[in-house]
Amino acid sequence: MLENFVVALGNVFDPVSFILMLVGVSAGILVGALPGLTATMALAILVPFTFTMPATTALMVLGGVYVGAIYGGCIAAILVNTPGTPSAIATTFDGYPLTKKGKAEHALVAAAYSSSVGGLIGAIILLLFSPLLANVALKFGHPEYFWLAIFGLTIIATLASKSIIKGLMGGALGLLLGTIGISPIGGDMRFTFGFWQLQAGLQLIVALIGFFCIPEIFNMVERTMEKTKINLFKHQKGVAWSVIKELNRKPMLLFRSAIIGAFVGIVPGAGGNIAALVSYNEAIRFSKTPEEFGKGTIDGVAAAEASNNSEVCGSLVPLLTLGIPGAAPAAVLLGALMLQGLRPGPELYTVFGEITYTFLISLIFANIALFFLGFYGSRFVARVINISPAYLAPIVVFMCVIGSYSIRNNMLDVYIMVLFGLIGYVTRKLGYHPGPIVLGLILGSIAENGLVQSMLMGKAQGNMIAMFFTRPISIVLIILCLISAAWPFISDKRQRKIEEMKKRLEGETHAN
Amino acid sequence: MRKVKLLGLCLLVLLLSMALVVGCSGTKDEGKAPEEGKDAPKEVTVDPNYPSSPITYLIPFDPGGQSDVEARRQQPLLEKILGTSVIVTYKAGGGGAVGWSELVNHKPDGYFMAGINVPHIILQPLSRDNAGYKTEQIEPVAFFQRTPVGLAVQKDSPFDTLEEFIEYAKANPGAVTVGGSGTFSGHHIAAIEFEALTGVTLTYVPFTGAAPQMQAFLGKHVAAVMANSDALVQYEDSMKILAFGGTERFEALPDVPTFIEKGYDMIPSIDRGVAVPPGTPEEYKKKLSDAFMEVANDENLRKQMIEQGFVPVAMDMNEAQAYLDEMTKTYTELLESLK
Repeated sequence: MLENFVVALGNVFDPVSFILMLVGVSAGILVGALPGLTATMALAILVPFTFTMPATTALMVLGGVYVGAIYGGCIAAILVNTPGTPSAIATTFDGYPLTKKGKAEHALVAAAYSSSVGGLIGAIILLLFSPLLANVALKFGHPEYFWLAIFGLTIIATLASKSIIKGLMGGALGLLLGTIGISPIGGDMRFTFGFWQLQAGLQLIVALIGFFCIPEIFNMVERTMEKTKINLFKHQKGVAWSVIKELNRKPMLLFRSAIIGAFVGIVPGAGGNIAALVSYNEAIRFSKTPEEFGKGTIDGVAAAEASNNSEVCGSLVPLLTLGIPGAAPAAVLLGALMLQGLRPGPELYTVFGEITYTFLISLIFANIALFFLGFYGSRFVARVINISPAYLAPIVVFMCVIGSYSIRNNMLDVYIMVLFGLIGYVTRKLGYHPGPIVLGLILGSIAENGLVQSMLMGKAQGNMIAMFFTRPISIVLIILCLISAAWPFISDKRQRKIEEMKKRLEGETHAN
Repeated sequence: MRKVKLLGLCLLVLLLSMALVVGCSGTKDEGKAPEEGKDAPKEVTVDPNYPSSPITYLIPFDPGGQSDVEARRQQPLLEKILGTSVIVTYKAGGGGAVGWSELVNHKPDGYFMAGINVPHIILQPLSRDNAGYKTEQIEPVAFFQRTPVGLAVQKDSPFDTLEEFIEYAKANPGAVTVGGSGTFSGHHIAAIEFEALTGVTLTYVPFTGAAPQMQAFLGKHVAAVMANSDALVQYEDSMKILAFGGTERFEALPDVPTFIEKGYDMIPSIDRGVAVPPGTPEEYKKKLSDAFMEVANDENLRKQMIEQGFVPVAMDMNEAQAYLDEMTKTYTELLESLK
């Protein structure tokens, strides 16, 4: 292994490969920043160009694009409240409030730094433990997917901190929207209303653009009436470093988020969006100041971004060891590996060790490069918000239409995007956060698949209850679900107790 | 006042960009289901210099999948033979149904074709209320690749032969779980056909794709799989392949018997080909068919396919139509018998 390692290190520093990788990271960031263009699409377009390259160079470029694109999603999330890729949903929760406060640079630097750190931790995990972790991926069966999805749904309680009822209603709407299309078992058409295009179900990105972006355009329009503009972006010296210093004071936040990201990545079928949402939720739970989340705290941005970049490396674990992609973009990488004549499996670490280790080490450098590109780029990119709404709003409208159309070349998606935008605007005015709706949409199909598959399996085994409640990983997940669902009530009680104590103390001091 | 102006401007941009997108997509009648009698051949004047502009090659699946890999392999050769550029685009959804619905509604001008898969294009219209297209509307130009489907169990499974598997499944109806990709898909119909021929009852567990299917199989969450030949070749070391679809033994897996050898008359497979919209002139179809035949017979391409676990085939437009008709009949009867 050591021999391979040394050769691989040399390969990484091959000037042509290294520069191409940097170009890949930059291109990835750009693609990720544009809503509707995804990491999967960028990789698929690139794969044919890498045919003629040597295997190491090809994989370095593709790895760079993947890493860059997942990070790039945060830029649109922070500046215009629209996740550039689904992985950046959780980044909008605190990233955009920061921008509104005039702290766009804080948010962008926090995102760049935590993405890079998260990615590095993920890459190291991938480099050292992947064959070991591959077994974890295999242990995940249908009941585990079901419970994982249920666990994800308990996050609604946190997302909808103001009103749990409204959060649950939003989540239910999301679940309902997720049932549109062909049912996973039986193949029946559901809620297609005679449109054959709806057979394919709703596209997550289309829903994201609709729920997050269109209401924001309405806000821009409304703001033009008020004389007070939102805080203009001005580059301030020292801001960037102070953000990094602050994050360094909370190593556990980044570390925990990265571990969550890597784990979710290893489980095939759950992507960066789920990783970021779970890690955001845990960040609130462990925080000493949970009330600041959602109002613009760099901790929220850091939790989401560290985990979605660590998820990139996590998704490569089952890919390299078993040939099973952990996420959609990783599936495209599988195609690229096969075309280079590399068959995933133990051989990758022995016979093709040089190539594999070159790829893994290059991921570390891609994540470092990401930090510098993000750090120095952020002060230029952040100026986007200085553009007058009179120009910015129409540009964003244009991008929304192109983005939602290009995701699968379907005009119906554009109409759905506009419709969801209007619904999103109205529901937001009524106090419904789009987070739970989108969460329901993401997790609904995973939960449904897990449920019906488990029921089929349980029936075949003749013991339905054992199927759901006696498998070890399932038990752990069930316990997590219970804790997570009960948490808001526990923390509420704790909060009230603390306040009572404070009041009593104040009362005593007054009495004195 | 400014607010109204800006809102108006946004609305204008919205409409303009939508118009732009619609203009680029080049299809009319989107959203409308194909109506009876409307699909009579539309008049197209035959151009003797065909093809004179780029041809669109639609893949009804996600980029990076097997259909895409195949199209990308063919692309440079097709461009050389046809003397024009071939543009690969994607329209995924509904297991291919969204792309095929677009195909049958497209103008039959010879500049639009789409990848097709059997049995998908037969089973979807049979099993759905409105799949958006009918099997008869699809005019195949060629079939170029076959992916036989095989039945496999894990390496440490108690079953060593197909006979043992069938015997156990007969004694314990529904207790054996078989994983496959999709409902009313190639794997599902293979399982149905297997049940019909052997008289056993299995529990078919559908997955959302080949990746989760193989993950569940390797993790021992299902007892067996109906899997594609490429997956069988890839995971050969961790499974016992009990039987394989095909009229003869597979080059890459010479020790595995076929279903036919075992006395069950079934050749489950997934066939990839290409089709044009209904009403495309015969002259154009012939030209495309000839080009695909030349590509399908390319030695280098055939070798690559076999290595990856696929069977190269070369059926021209007439053979392809005959094959499609035959399979349609077989599967229609099979599904009828279940009702």
